[in-house]
Amino acid sequence: MASAAASIAVTEDAPGSLVVQARGRWLVATAEQIDHTLRGLDLPQGKKVTFDLAGVDRLDTAGAWLVLRTEHALIERGNNVAIRNLRPNFGPVLEQVRAHGVVEPAPHPIPPHHTFVGFLAHIGEITIGIGRRFYAILGFVGVVAVTIGELLPHPRRLRVVATLVQMEQTGVNALPIVGLLSFLIGIVMAYQGADQLRRFGAEIYTVNLLGISILRELGVLLTAIIIAGRSGSAFTAQIGTMQVNEEIDALRTLGLDPVQVLVVPRLLALVVTLPLLSVYADLMGLLGGCVMSLATLGLTLPQFLSQLQGAVGEWTFWVGIIKAPVFGATIALIGCFEGFNVSRSAESVGKLTTLSVVESIFLVIVSDAAFSIIFSLLHI
Amino acid sequence: MPDDQDGPIIRVRGLVNRFGRQTVHDGLDLDVRRGEVIGIVGGSGTGKSVLLRTIVGLQRPATGGIEVFGRDVLHMRERERRELESRWGVLFQDGALFSSLTVAQNIEVPLKEHFHHMPLRLMDEIAATKVGLVGLPEEAGDKFPSQLSGGMRKRAGLARALALDPEILFLDEPTAGLDPIAAADFDKLIGDLQSSLGLTVFLVTHDLDTLFAICDRVAVLVDKKIRVGTLEQHLRDNHPWIHSYFHGPRGRAAQHAEA
Repeated sequence: MASAAASIAVTEDAPGSLVVQARGRWLVATAEQIDHTLRGLDLPQGKKVTFDLAGVDRLDTAGAWLVLRTEHALIERGNNVAIRNLRPNFGPVLEQVRAHGVVEPAPHPIPPHHTFVGFLAHIGEITIGIGRRFYAILGFVGVVAVTIGELLPHPRRLRVVATLVQMEQTGVNALPIVGLLSFLIGIVMAYQGADQLRRFGAEIYTVNLLGISILRELGVLLTAIIIAGRSGSAFTAQIGTMQVNEEIDALRTLGLDPVQVLVVPRLLALVVTLPLLSVYADLMGLLGGCVMSLATLGLTLPQFLSQLQGAVGEWTFWVGIIKAPVFGATIALIGCFEGFNVSRSAESVGKLTTLSVVESIFLVIVSDAAFSIIFSLLHI
Repeated sequence: MPDDQDGPIIRVRGLVNRFGRQTVHDGLDLDVRRGEVIGIVGGSGTGKSVLLRTIVGLQRPATGGIEVFGRDVLHMRERERRELESRWGVLFQDGALFSSLTVAQNIEVPLKEHFHHMPLRLMDEIAATKVGLVGLPEEAGDKFPSQLSGGMRKRAGLARALALDPEILFLDEPTAGLDPIAAADFDKLIGDLQSSLGLTVFLVTHDLDTLFAICDRVAVLVDKKIRVGTLEQHLRDNHPWIHSYFHGPRGRAAQHAEA
């Protein structure tokens, strides 16, 4: 079916008069070949040219375009062009294409950020964008704070069921993944620690390494990162989808405050569940480390426990857990904020969900660093 | 693979579509003739779009046979299917343009897919031709779908559906969501293209004006089956739904507008 079925022949029937004979099937399927032949032709100038379409068996809009483009090019070179022997049933196609003008496509513009100045401008735009975003986040935190402030004297207006549902989704349902990952990280830590410390004959300090790093940092940080990926993204997607469906606008017109209905339950839920999940992650991490220590260090369980007791001070656990509500609030606020930023297109839901995860993990790690500085100043 | 030139271009036999326990089509038969404009109407939930989606292969029927160009579309090889797909174009409700591509790039997607070696310049030219053909301004080619109005998006979707110069055009509610002027323009555009390009048009619609303006025959989905006929025949039909559809206030208004 795809045989080369179109051809063009140019003959000179009289001095100064040419006949261009088109034959075969002038279709989108053969357009490439016809285009190639046409571009290879040496177009005459200032002659009388007859475009003979008697041999054209089939013609579609792509073929019609090629006929008209050739006619146009011939006229531009000062030829006197006439089309003849067009089959009557092809007339409407040719006219339909001709009616909308023979337009050469505009050259593709170079995207602005591909030039040097454009590149600099792009960096500038991004920088200003980050500033604006930070400002907007602060504004959102303010709005949420005011809403919570208004709720405090009327605790009955708090949506208890919604909050509990969120707690279930962000807390209870996250137990398996948080537990498994913490357990595995405990194993990895114990294995790596034992391997290095053995060189100094200090492998017993693997237990100290485990206890301090998991309780102070890893347990809570790991949990926060998992929850940012799991629940922060869900918040953005849920609120974003509502935004696309105009559900948020519907809430407003019904006299409900979207912040009170949607943000406060999610915020409360994460502020409560993240510390709880962190305790669970601490336990599972230590369990993983314990299993690995018993297996590779030849310790007994009482030895492990007494070493752990010696390594962990009373503050070690609290230094980790104290950070959890802050991380939870950060994740919830960013997740909801980006959800409200969704414009009315499905595309922006995906874009902002990604952004929300990146932003909340970034802010969790930044605030973790800030906590470290504060704790070091306090000598904890 | 010779085509059956004389028989119906689309032949549906004994089609059954079910969603869970709900039966949408129950033994539906339909013939679409070459070169006609057939309008598919029916109440909400009677499976107008499902019928369209079944014919173009987006929905697998429970049982039944579908032939397009005389070939069984439910049992064919991938290669055959691809070849067949280049011979029909589908316009979805809101255009279904790829949002990350410009209008011209959208039109070029099927060209690139089916003609790997076509030079870029020729593709641009063909895309520009289609942009003109559907009555979009020249500069629309470089715009992204989000920068276009609903009516323009539909035109752009139509341009993409026409990219491979198909023989059949499937349209899913082409005038839904358009203002009356834009809808009338769109009807005229489809009518013009149909007559000049010799298309067969399969048109799912709610729009009575469209039916009266451009459809040769109308297929009404009632009682999980279909009744096909000219408008005159439907106007005489006593089936309660068909009667209230064509003789309701809107139906009468559309008839008067046509007369």
